[in-house]
Amino acid sequence: MAPPAQSQRSPSPSQPSGKSEVSDLKLQLRQLAGSRAPGVDDSKRELFKKVISYMTVGIDVSSLFGEMVMCSATSDIVLKKMCYLYVGNYAKVNPDLALLTINFLQRDCNDEDPMIRGLALRSLCSLRVANFVEYLVGPLGSGLKDSNSYVRMVAVIGVLKLYHISASTCVDADFPSILKHLMLNDSDTQVVANCLSALQEIWSAEASTSEEASREREALISKPVIYYLLNRIREFSEWAQCLVLELVTKYVPSDSSEIFDIMNLLEDRLQHANGAVVLATIKVFLHLTLSMTDVHQQVYERIKAPLLTLVSSGSPEQSYAVLSHLHLLVMRAPYIFSSDYKHFYCQYNEPSYVKRLKLEMLTAVANESNTYEIVTELCEYAANVDIPIARESIRAVGKIALQQYDVNAIVDRLLQFLEMEKDYVTAEALVLVKDLLRKYPQWSHDCIAVVGNISSKNVQEPKAKAALIWMLGEYSQDMQDAPYILESLVENWDEEHSAEVRLHLLTAVMKCFFKRPPETQNALGTALAAGIADFHQDVHDRALFYYRILQYNVSVAERVVNPPKQAVSVFADTQSSEIKDRIFDEFNSLSVVYQKPSYMFTDKEHRGPFEFSDELGNLSIGGEAADNVVSAQRVEENDKDLLLTTSEKEETRGSSNNGSAYTAPYDGSSTSVFALQTHIESAISNPTAADHSPQASLAIDDLLGLGLPAAPAPPSPQLKLNTTAALDPSTFQHKWRQLPVALSQEYSVSPQGVAALTAPQALLRHMQSHSIHCIASGGQSPNFKFFFFAQKAEEASNYLVECIISTSSAKAQIKIKADDQSTSQAFSTLFQSALSKFGIP
Amino acid sequence: MISQFFVLSQRGDNIVFRDYRGDVAKGTAEIFFRKVKFWKEDGQEEAPPVFNVDGVNYFHVKVVGLLFVATTRVNVSPSLILELLQRVARVIKDYLGVLNEDSLRKNFVLVYELLDEVIDFGYVQTTSTEVLKSYIFNEPIVVDAARLQPLGPAAIFMQGTKRMPGTAVTKSVLANEPGGRKREEIFVDIIEKISVTFSSSGYILTSEIDGTIQMKSYLTGNPEIRLALNEDLSIGRGGGSVYDYRSSSGAGAVILDDCNFHESVRLDSFDMDRTLALIPPDGEFPVMNYRMTQEFKPPFRINCLIEEAGHLKAEVSLKVRAEFPSDIVANTIVVQMPLPNYTTRVSFELEPGAVGQRTDFKEANKKLEWGLKKIVGGSEHTLRAKLTFSQESHANITKEAGPVSMTFTIPMYNVSRLQVKYLQIAKKSSSYNPFRWVRYVTQANSYVARI
Repeated sequence: MAPPAQSQRSPSPSQPSGKSEVSDLKLQLRQLAGSRAPGVDDSKRELFKKVISYMTVGIDVSSLFGEMVMCSATSDIVLKKMCYLYVGNYAKVNPDLALLTINFLQRDCNDEDPMIRGLALRSLCSLRVANFVEYLVGPLGSGLKDSNSYVRMVAVIGVLKLYHISASTCVDADFPSILKHLMLNDSDTQVVANCLSALQEIWSAEASTSEEASREREALISKPVIYYLLNRIREFSEWAQCLVLELVTKYVPSDSSEIFDIMNLLEDRLQHANGAVVLATIKVFLHLTLSMTDVHQQVYERIKAPLLTLVSSGSPEQSYAVLSHLHLLVMRAPYIFSSDYKHFYCQYNEPSYVKRLKLEMLTAVANESNTYEIVTELCEYAANVDIPIARESIRAVGKIALQQYDVNAIVDRLLQFLEMEKDYVTAEALVLVKDLLRKYPQWSHDCIAVVGNISSKNVQEPKAKAALIWMLGEYSQDMQDAPYILESLVENWDEEHSAEVRLHLLTAVMKCFFKRPPETQNALGTALAAGIADFHQDVHDRALFYYRILQYNVSVAERVVNPPKQAVSVFADTQSSEIKDRIFDEFNSLSVVYQKPSYMFTDKEHRGPFEFSDELGNLSIGGEAADNVVSAQRVEENDKDLLLTTSEKEETRGSSNNGSAYTAPYDGSSTSVFALQTHIESAISNPTAADHSPQASLAIDDLLGLGLPAAPAPPSPQLKLNTTAALDPSTFQHKWRQLPVALSQEYSVSPQGVAALTAPQALLRHMQSHSIHCIASGGQSPNFKFFFFAQKAEEASNYLVECIISTSSAKAQIKIKADDQSTSQAFSTLFQSALSKFGIP
Repeated sequence: MISQFFVLSQRGDNIVFRDYRGDVAKGTAEIFFRKVKFWKEDGQEEAPPVFNVDGVNYFHVKVVGLLFVATTRVNVSPSLILELLQRVARVIKDYLGVLNEDSLRKNFVLVYELLDEVIDFGYVQTTSTEVLKSYIFNEPIVVDAARLQPLGPAAIFMQGTKRMPGTAVTKSVLANEPGGRKREEIFVDIIEKISVTFSSSGYILTSEIDGTIQMKSYLTGNPEIRLALNEDLSIGRGGGSVYDYRSSSGAGAVILDDCNFHESVRLDSFDMDRTLALIPPDGEFPVMNYRMTQEFKPPFRINCLIEEAGHLKAEVSLKVRAEFPSDIVANTIVVQMPLPNYTTRVSFELEPGAVGQRTDFKEANKKLEWGLKKIVGGSEHTLRAKLTFSQESHANITKEAGPVSMTFTIPMYNVSRLQVKYLQIAKKSSSYNPFRWVRYVTQANSYVARI
């Protein structure tokens, strides 16, 4: 135990400054040390209390160590406890003096009172001094065999403490196997629970170096152990139940009847008043039924009521923790919760972090039948005194509008926001109207009429201003004053601090110019001049580019800057589905509250006992750029590109140019922007190119006469892989992050393969012989995870594979990403044939 | 698994600090307190109960103005840690009788004793007040409950809304009556927090009851107890939306949407005769939590009018009507209403002969506040206020003000009609007849009328 915070804060009058008081105490303790006078224990108690209270507030009382130890020779248990507490706090900084305490602690470990034995053993193990470990082994050994369960309970945790001080001493003394024996045989459930905690920690730490430990860790989730624990689950304390339930989620049942047995056994845990037990049970249910779609859905229905009850009972903190989990489930399966929307209404006195979750849930569950009511409710919040929440409510209305087909009523509401004459409401609403118009151009008439009435002087927020300017440019033919408003904005160029706004202004003036040249010519000239002189690089570049392209050919310029637009149909999700899945895998943990997978906020050594290694974690998702990863099947690239604001677009181009099948090679020169534009058009007409067989997509391209800039070569009938391919991990990570998933499949693994897959290494060697190389692997039976790569023999074109093999279900889940997507099917076939030969001699 | 546990006062002083694993650097208490205090620069937003600073996760719950905090580096279940913190607070309260800063400071050695047994090396060992008794040797230094201070200016730590009504019981589980005998008694509190939202035309938009049956037992020898609830009680609103009011009105049955039970409760005969059997552990604990969206009669009707009354002036009229029997009295009622933010002055006019009422205009957040000491069932109270504005209002004035919210406590009244029909204690002898207290209370959770 490290000493408590020894802060340097200035002493307040109520708190003693330290020095003189401590030396005073020292003196008094000395006087009492040898005394046997009656009542001396009471005076000692008072003194000890003072020492402990100084310790608590952060005054360093370690200088009293000797005196405290001298006074500790007592039979008064209250005194003993205070002394133990003190010694535990300061032994680490006073190892020499701490040696003095060993003696009396060892003696107490043999006391006839089990209470004293336990206390002494706990304190002995809490000293955290490496030199003392030899003194621990003996008492721990007898503590584990003690007839009293309290002592055994303490001893088990003592073993874990010893392990953290000196792992080798702990392992050499064979303590882990004693714990294992206790876990399976002790009559006291808390002893069992402590064994489980200790063994999980010890074996997880050892597993990286010892195969045996890794096997032992596996054995914890074997059927006999799981069943043994499950059958006694009601005897465990609620906290230990959580521990057992967490372990059960790792267990893979052999068939569905086993799954139902476990679920029936745990059914009543859902009625527990302790939210942690309920969430742990829910996690078991969700994980057990992942592959059984119908039952999985029933589980959602079943857990709804208990979750809602937990949210509304208990302290606000507890209900927040549960609400975060409910939020996760609602986001995964909004349709199941669509009739419960009233539970997600905000209460006026809830903290913002709760309201925010609820707003997102309301947005998610909105459908045809409840939209009207939800939007009405959200509009109430828009007038809220809590401005951040009011803003988010307006955004929520906008999001609902964008996900609905019938937006009639919502558009009216949004337009009403514009008339509310509150700056922040106007600002938010403008941004929304802009997005709305991009999806529903048919509403432009109604919206433009209202937007036209807004004075640009009342709009200060950059995002809102940019939105207004975008609309002025886009609909300049319908807005009488557009050129003049833009002109006045251009005149105030120097006062515009946001580069985003200036970029939009340039583009808007260009667009306006194409539609109403005589009225805009002046403004355009001024804008281009100001833009070229702008200190901001992007603004400067764009102005220069516009200038040159206009010089080159005005009609080309119009095709580049103001091409006919396709309405946006789907919004890019801010979080990749991979991240969401991973958070779901980590249900009932902080990941859910933070909405981030654990590798983003924990160090490697502090992850749970059964997680994949660090490097795999990073590989499969890939840091901050994750936002831009869009799975190809779900969201069309063209939408994404159109929806990003200009500045974001620049970033994406920069980062995704190497390899995405949708993006033309972008060399940074202005001419290729044109190529990009045509390319986007081609992607619009054929957004799912990647999913089609390569031949088919080529045929369509030919038909349209577009000719992709980097037309994929027809796949050679036999794909040849480079036997000596090389790829360094960082490039792999980078590519994995950039590329969309080309193929996602599930294969069966042959029984021989399952049998051969005892450790990841076996498969690695096998795949290598097929020119498929492993870059990272992890996991233990029954779940393994691999990242492979391969290269085409004749060119530097890579295939990246994520492969998760479950030996219990004999299934392999494959995700393939490829530089050249047209050949990913061929590669998949090759991969599958290599995998199927695994284990067959 | 947690690394540290500590309790901070409102000013951020360590009252108790226990480091269990030594894997988190010192100074966490300071880091934590600064973070909580200055979560957002504008001070508008509260820190969430869980956050991460430099790889250390901080969990906290607020109990009677104190911060109970745990830290860890591991990705643990947030629910588990927050439950644990709440439970630790409850165990401490069980032992100290009164939980506040003063009692904690006076009894910190006892608290350390508890903490050592509740958690070992970061793992929970037991939170049972009962089990802990055999490990605890310090005796509590009793703090006078009457000195329970109002929590002072540090209002950010007030839990205001969801706080349980203080159980009147402020006796330590270790306490003995003079003469060394324990008084045999058991308390059962039915506490209902209600949330109602009225539309501007007075319709009920949403309503919910969140109830708890709280028990605190001082019975020696742990006799078995049977708690009988309404016989016509039913659980789960089969199929359909839980908000389908029509299906439930009319019939007199009490229909719970859902409920959960304490570990000790046995439900063997619950399906048959709606009785809960349990051997109550020592200390305070919830026997059952329940949730209800069945229609109920809201205890108060709120009527609010706001009208322009000439140049830069407006008038507000607030009316509150108590719709419960006249032998019931609600207390500590506060009605609040946000006013347009260009309001500069408010003058109030109470009804003639009003007693125990106060009015206030909170300049800082432009809020009207009306406090009433008590309201007798069936009565009606009105407040008029004249507002002065600093600028002309452009839009509809009702869009700039409200909604009206209300807090109150109604003792011996519950809206759900859930009842404890009887409380049976297994008899040890014919003369054994412990005191039984069954009390009901209804509190506002979120009681709002839109205007």
